[in-house]
Amino acid sequence: MSLFSNTTALLGKELRTEFRSRELLTTTVVFILVVVVLFSFTFDASSAESRRFAASLLWLAFLFAASLMLQPCFLREQTNDTLSALRLCVKDPFAIFGAKLVANTLFLLLTELLMLPVFSILFNVPVFPVFGQLVLVLFLGSLGVSIAGTALSAISAQARMRELLLPLLLLPLLAPVLVASTQVTVGLLDAAPFMEWKGIGFLVTFDVVFLTALWLFGEYLLEE
Amino acid sequence: MTPAADPAGIRFENIEKRYGGLYALRRVSLEIAAGECVVLAGRNGSGKTTLLRIAARLVRPSSGTLTFLNNMQRANTELSQTGFVSHATMVYDELTAEENLLLFARLLGIAEAPARAGTLLEEVGLADRGKSLVRTFSRGMRQRMAIARALLNEPSVLLLDEPATGLDPQGVSWLAGTLRQMRDAGRTILMSLHGESEISALATRAIRLEAGSVIADTRTGASLPSILTIVGA
Repeated sequence: MSLFSNTTALLGKELRTEFRSRELLTTTVVFILVVVVLFSFTFDASSAESRRFAASLLWLAFLFAASLMLQPCFLREQTNDTLSALRLCVKDPFAIFGAKLVANTLFLLLTELLMLPVFSILFNVPVFPVFGQLVLVLFLGSLGVSIAGTALSAISAQARMRELLLPLLLLPLLAPVLVASTQVTVGLLDAAPFMEWKGIGFLVTFDVVFLTALWLFGEYLLEE
Repeated sequence: MTPAADPAGIRFENIEKRYGGLYALRRVSLEIAAGECVVLAGRNGSGKTTLLRIAARLVRPSSGTLTFLNNMQRANTELSQTGFVSHATMVYDELTAEENLLLFARLLGIAEAPARAGTLLEEVGLADRGKSLVRTFSRGMRQRMAIARALLNEPSVLLLDEPATGLDPQGVSWLAGTLRQMRDAGRTILMSLHGESEISALATRAIRLEAGSVIADTRTGASLPSILTIVGA
């Protein structure tokens, strides 16, 4: 069975289990909503400062959401030892990572897209004129977060202090992605919006490098 | 139960597994012939689970070699020749019984996956619960699901880690019946058990492990009581 068909079969499982339990999406959406609302109280929505700081606050909220969402990614495979069942079935373990990182990216993007209108209203920042470009940044940033986060989730799920380990490893690793994503978002939310292509280039490079590393070495992350 | 298409045995040569400085297995050498039904006995921490997980290729040994006899050494056939049942059910609670079997059948590349899933649900007595979520199942029903999942690819070698865990007496009888059919169909069975039971009575050979080493190995050519002594000791 090919890598593609294995990945799609597993992606179907990821989506089905999540939409059935709504465990991750509900928690994350509520959490990120609270964070964005709390942040909005600290700024005067009409000021230029709000426009300047909103991008970094937005990505900070997305980071919190991601660390919340990525934690159970491999952890729930341990409940019934289903990870072993998957390892016994798939020839290429990258199928397991592929399905999980696509699912994580989709869930993260969905959360972010749901949050954008709320963010736009609370921070008085128009996002719709630059919606297309914003979606591109959100996609590349979320993909980077998901690739690194999925790999680290596999590592931390087998560790003793797993709840502590993932954020500890994730935050330094994601710092470059967050900086680049925030820089691009700042440009897009500017009074005269512009696209920071250097940041986009960095995000694409990060995603390709980490995806390749995961493809090459992912098998070792799943070993007991 | 269909006969094993390609009977196969297992050879462990000087297998060692270390976790840091702790030895889970020490130079274990065993040869299990095709069609044998072998019980692994021993206290908690004696190395039974590690040996089974190495046989399932879920754990890489620190040293030594694992070989599947006959033509199972071919990389392409390896995954489709072994069935593994662990302490855990290895199925998804949030999927239905049918969805679970279909998922694993598709991952294994089984042609006619829906038909195979249907047949197995019949065989394990869950045909009427195929559309129910596994999380609504009792422990015994979950164990039936675990067995069904392990049999999807009609494995020649079946590895079972304490398969009777959590089963009531009726469940143990059902499991013993199923394993008897598998043994009679020529499948190689390697299972860990605690204590004597209907299931241990199926064994054609018993191996006792202690602190990661084999300390006893008896075949039924000897006598059933000696096997039961090893298993139940």
